[in-house]
Amino acid sequence: MHDIEVVINGERTKRRVDARKTLADFVREDCALTGTHLGCEHGVCGACTVLVDGEAVRACLMFAVQVDGGEVTTVEGLGGPDGALSPVQDAFRSEHGLQCGFCTPGFVVTVTAFLRDTPNPSETEIREALSGNICRCTGYQGIVKAVQRAAGDAP
Amino acid sequence: MSSSTAGRFVGQSVLRREDPRLLTGQGQFVDDVQLPGMLHCAFVRSESARGTITRLDVDAARALDGVVAVLTAADLNPHAGSMQPTLLLDAPGAPLRPLAEGDVRFVGDPIAIVVAESRYLAEDGAELVEVDIDPLPPVVDPETAADSEHIVHPELGSNVGTDMPFPRSAELEAILSDSAHVVTETFRQHRQTNVPMETRGIVASYIASTGELRAHMSTQNPHEARLAIARVTGIPSHLVQVTGRDVGGGFGQKFFMFRDELTIALAARRLGRPIKWIEDRRENLIAANHARVDIATCTFACDADGMLLGSYIDHIEDSGAYPTGATGGAGALVGMLFTGPYKAGAAAFRSRAVWTNTCGRGAYRGPWMFETVAREQLVDATARAIGLDPLEWRRRNVLRAEDQPYTMPTGLPIENVTAAETLDQAAEIIGYDAFRAEQRRAFDTEGRLLGIGIGLYVEPTAMGAMDPLGTDTALVRVAPTGKVTVLLATGAHGQGIETTMAQVVAEELGIDYDDVAIVQGDTASTPYGRGTGGSGTAVIAGSACRGASAEVRAQVIEIAAHLMEAAPDDLDIVDGVVAVKGTPTRNVAWAEVARISHMETARLPTGMSPGIEATFTYKAPPFTWSNACHICTVEVDRDTGLVTILRYVVSEDCGVMINPMVVEGQVAGGVVQGIGGTLLEHVVYDADGNPLTTTFMDYLVPTATDVPVIEYGHIETASDTPGGHKGMGEGGAIGAPPCVFNAVADALALVGVHIDRTPLGPEAILTALYPDPGT
Repeated sequence: MHDIEVVINGERTKRRVDARKTLADFVREDCALTGTHLGCEHGVCGACTVLVDGEAVRACLMFAVQVDGGEVTTVEGLGGPDGALSPVQDAFRSEHGLQCGFCTPGFVVTVTAFLRDTPNPSETEIREALSGNICRCTGYQGIVKAVQRAAGDAP
Repeated sequence: MSSSTAGRFVGQSVLRREDPRLLTGQGQFVDDVQLPGMLHCAFVRSESARGTITRLDVDAARALDGVVAVLTAADLNPHAGSMQPTLLLDAPGAPLRPLAEGDVRFVGDPIAIVVAESRYLAEDGAELVEVDIDPLPPVVDPETAADSEHIVHPELGSNVGTDMPFPRSAELEAILSDSAHVVTETFRQHRQTNVPMETRGIVASYIASTGELRAHMSTQNPHEARLAIARVTGIPSHLVQVTGRDVGGGFGQKFFMFRDELTIALAARRLGRPIKWIEDRRENLIAANHARVDIATCTFACDADGMLLGSYIDHIEDSGAYPTGATGGAGALVGMLFTGPYKAGAAAFRSRAVWTNTCGRGAYRGPWMFETVAREQLVDATARAIGLDPLEWRRRNVLRAEDQPYTMPTGLPIENVTAAETLDQAAEIIGYDAFRAEQRRAFDTEGRLLGIGIGLYVEPTAMGAMDPLGTDTALVRVAPTGKVTVLLATGAHGQGIETTMAQVVAEELGIDYDDVAIVQGDTASTPYGRGTGGSGTAVIAGSACRGASAEVRAQVIEIAAHLMEAAPDDLDIVDGVVAVKGTPTRNVAWAEVARISHMETARLPTGMSPGIEATFTYKAPPFTWSNACHICTVEVDRDTGLVTILRYVVSEDCGVMINPMVVEGQVAGGVVQGIGGTLLEHVVYDADGNPLTTTFMDYLVPTATDVPVIEYGHIETASDTPGGHKGMGEGGAIGAPPCVFNAVADALALVGVHIDRTPLGPEAILTALYPDPGT
């Protein structure tokens, strides 16, 4: 077991974890942040995407001990107080960019990081940025439009 | 496109109320459920396709710290009741059993369950279970299964699960031999799987003191889950409660109960502790369900003008080893629907389902869609053989308004379809003739291979013909505040039912959409019903909602009429106010009526019971037909074999749309599954029955870079059901595969290359283009 200290969604927390515990399981089980979902556990589907020190990573491919001393943002940390949606979340809703919603947190986190780094993306850039996340419901139609809308709404 | 029938809520693209919780991580999926004392499970599964279990040693696993129990067939099988779904309880099928006993019949066959304090420890324990299997030659190829000396299920004595003939008449024999054009093709569709992003899962707990079993599940069909759990565990159904809040996709996979979830429920009953099983992706890819393995030799006979005179299809479907109920397939429907949206002349079919030592077949979005695949691909082959454009062949043969009602040669009646109208609309949107010119130019001047393909179909949705799938009940209840709760048996998994059914109820009641809440996914509170699947919610649950709402509305008007001393017929409900028509100042608020109904019952009409609520059960007609036409254009790269979809158009008629945004979302999702299924996705077994596609690195689901922008056309022709809706959830996945296939075939025909099977990945295209690499 290892003692780690992490800032999660702005709150500092100290935990004792197994060396083999993945970051995804740590977030879901130890921190009770169940918005991060596991769709494949081998790094392809992107449902478990979180921000570690600002970078979008797959929480199923990292161990919790690797974020010791770092900062983690999950989908729960993106919206405003009282359930207010972030611009990316709001755009997904407006463009019907989700159906079952299971892959959605991973997309929202991925797109949030992408638009921060690429504020005015082309459609090709958007599709490339989304290509590491799998959605089985929407056919990506509403997701691509949501990213375009969120980019347009960005200040 | 706005609907001419649009109401205040019905017909509007209301944003979904499910979204805020799902977007912020506040959804509740089955793996989010934690119970006190809950244990975790991992299955030990067969690594052989067929063989005899010679040794099963679980001692080391049982001895591991943190492992609470290791359950084998000896522990569970003697206690298991029927594992067949309610729909198919009496149909002959595979001998289902909780855990493999004596032998294994596919790679992934569950042999033992390790129950431990964490999933990590359960997997540690699973690795310590020692299984020796004496391998036997497996049956892997469905085309030779019937004649194999090796029998998948020895209890059944044959690898042929069903053999349904619809024999050729003498008239049809003559047509098939004597017509001007007789075209026969053999088409092969490859193995695919549903891939919901949330895998299957269940948290089951048994309360010994009361004899109750509670199951949180990822399910499309909570009431079916309850009945199935009751049967397998022997617990009376009223003591079984199934709940499911958010469900991460299903596409048919979560409609019936599978062996694995039932076995976990049985294990919970035996152990008396809450246990959780969350399927991992490898299990989902090898052991949940597969679909789409269909082979058919089919024939069209046409006169000199290309008019269809007769047809025959000889179809084989692969049931795998343990399909979800009976043979898991839809063979009879493939044969019965084969002639689709055309004036068909005479027809006949034969359909066989065969057992193989592979993962069982299950429902996948349009389970019988091979009728459209085989027919539409045969249409193009026929048109090509005759020298007609495939669009022209379809225009000559398609059912038109004046041909309806029409009875298919197999006896199914078709009405209210607009196949001809959607064909014309899709052709116009995509610019069919202009593309043909561009295709010619691009080939003649640049040698490029462009193609255009059509997929035209009619779909029997919301089938009342199959009890219990055609019936739903809605309970509409008005609280003392006037707020309305609707209880439904549905198990939404992406369809937005909490939104669309609230639209329907608010419209019917004349109150605000925000004042209507939908409760579903809970067998304790909701009436029995069919669940969510089979393109049925709009028609069946929607009609139940309408019926119950009409009764509630009548109760409110009766009370208001009494309060205002007005005639009920003179009253209307608009925006939450009951008012005299033409004199809106004479009114009483909906909420006031509701309050009085509970709190001042002396003011109610004589003899009226306090409270306002109604339950209505709706039974759908045997078939409610919807239809659509898909047309896409592609380019085939002659060097890389890559198929790129240039444009994709869907013209569809799902009757009155409740929420056009949701309709288009459903179409898009289905189309992309169909595109993926045709170009990318392929479950592969080797000759020994080993699955080779066990991760998302091998089983390729489309990503955002693989799919085109989808363009829509809508034609709204009301059905005869109460809201005028038609089912449409599955259609996208039915029309897309032959549409894409036909476009690729059209491109390859430019260089005289013929294709007859899928998938159409680069390797298949290059092999078709250059069959002899030496030249």
